Amino acid sequence: MLSEYLPILIFIIVGLLLGTVLITLGSLLGPKRPDSEKLSPYECGFEAFEDARMKFDVRYYLVAILFIIFDLEIAFLFPWAVVLEEIGLAGFLAMMIFLGVLIVGFIYEWKKGALEWQ
Amino acid sequence: MFETLHGIWQVFPEGLRLVIIILLKIVAILVPLMLCVAYLTFAERKIIGYIQARIGPNRVGPRGWLQPIADVCKLLLKEITIPSGANRFLFLLAPILAIAPAFAAWAVIPFDDVKVLSNINAGLLYILALTSLGIYGVIIAGWASNSKYAFLGSMRSAAQIVSYEIAMGFALVGVLMAARSLNLQDIVLAQQGNVLHWFWLPLLPLFVVYFVSGVAETNRAPFDVAEGESEIVAGFHVEYAGMTFAIFFLAEYANMILISILASVFFLGGWLSPLEGLPASLFEVPIMGTLLGPGMHWLFLKTSIFLFLFIWLRATFPRYRYDQIMRLGWKVFIPITILWLVVIGVLIMAAVPPWFN
Repeated sequence: MLSEYLPILIFIIVGLLLGTVLITLGSLLGPKRPDSEKLSPYECGFEAFEDARMKFDVRYYLVAILFIIFDLEIAFLFPWAVVLEEIGLAGFLAMMIFLGVLIVGFIYEWKKGALEWQ
Repeated sequence: MFETLHGIWQVFPEGLRLVIIILLKIVAILVPLMLCVAYLTFAERKIIGYIQARIGPNRVGPRGWLQPIADVCKLLLKEITIPSGANRFLFLLAPILAIAPAFAAWAVIPFDDVKVLSNINAGLLYILALTSLGIYGVIIAGWASNSKYAFLGSMRSAAQIVSYEIAMGFALVGVLMAARSLNLQDIVLAQQGNVLHWFWLPLLPLFVVYFVSGVAETNRAPFDVAEGESEIVAGFHVEYAGMTFAIFFLAEYANMILISILASVFFLGGWLSPLEGLPASLFEVPIMGTLLGPGMHWLFLKTSIFLFLFIWLRATFPRYRYDQIMRLGWKVFIPITILWLVVIGVLIMAAVPPWFN
């Protein structure tokens, strides 16, 4: 069964190589006449005021943290979903309790306004 | 001629022969895929043209049919600029990181009952992992460019993609529960029967959530705030030109096709024929039987329907506001999917025919 994973490894390598080859091809075929105006970051006709790597909204972090929690839930659900018929009612109820806890947390987030975006 | 080729072939060691065969199969997937991407852009411009009562591209070749080829040539011959403030290595790495997962995910797609490059047990997990990896290309592109628009675009895009990733993951858990396997081929086979046995019916809400999340994941209209032309120019790839831009473009369209083909595999029975269940004698007629029976052509037909939907959505809906996008993802899709997982669980426990017995 492990031999089935060899094509995947090769496919990923081919994907990476293809990207590299396309960029190399483009830089070989295209002209190379850089000047300082052309290489300045695009900013609607203004000179760039400052470094673009600026402070950004904390809500992006919040989304990332919430994502990790929910994505973990999904990782827990995957094996459970595959064997649901074998583990029967007990397994089903156990997961429902687990989902219940998750939903309580979800409602708390919702009420706290963590999901608001304005 | 054939004898000598066969002789040369036998000289290669066993391992090398295996690798060459795999490489040939990969080429057999990638070349049609890239042609599909090229002609999908053409189809998009034509369809949107007709929807807006124009005729779309019509100058290059008969009725514009060579337009995508001309576009590729032009993009190849354009200068690749690297902004002065950019991190050169990451700037060039980003497009490669965007395209590699968009292509590599195709390794596990079952095109037919036998035509699948690698029929692994953890197929769905692999798909989920690779579609999540695509976000790295976007984030790195936005950060490495050192441009405000690119930075804003990549932040928005990242938050949007991870939000819809959750809804998509929950929808896939539903598919898993119904199919009882992570293997894509088994998921298709679990839908055998007729059109009513396909998962779109018992998993209807998840089907809708999956497709809409797919549209959001690929940053397509109406969820394209990450590259909203009228506010942040082009988003994360604003500093990219020539071939580096073309690679992002290629990755986006390859992802669109991937989402469409996955939606067909998970919910519309993949390569199964919708006419299954009709008398067997019908499928024994020489040519018509093959056409009506299961096969790749059904998969491609279903995929084309989804691709048309992508384009149709773009031509029809105005862009969502960002807070509306986040609200839809977190406050509508996640509750719907969790609720429907419970419903499917109950249906399975009660062994409701014809899907769960």
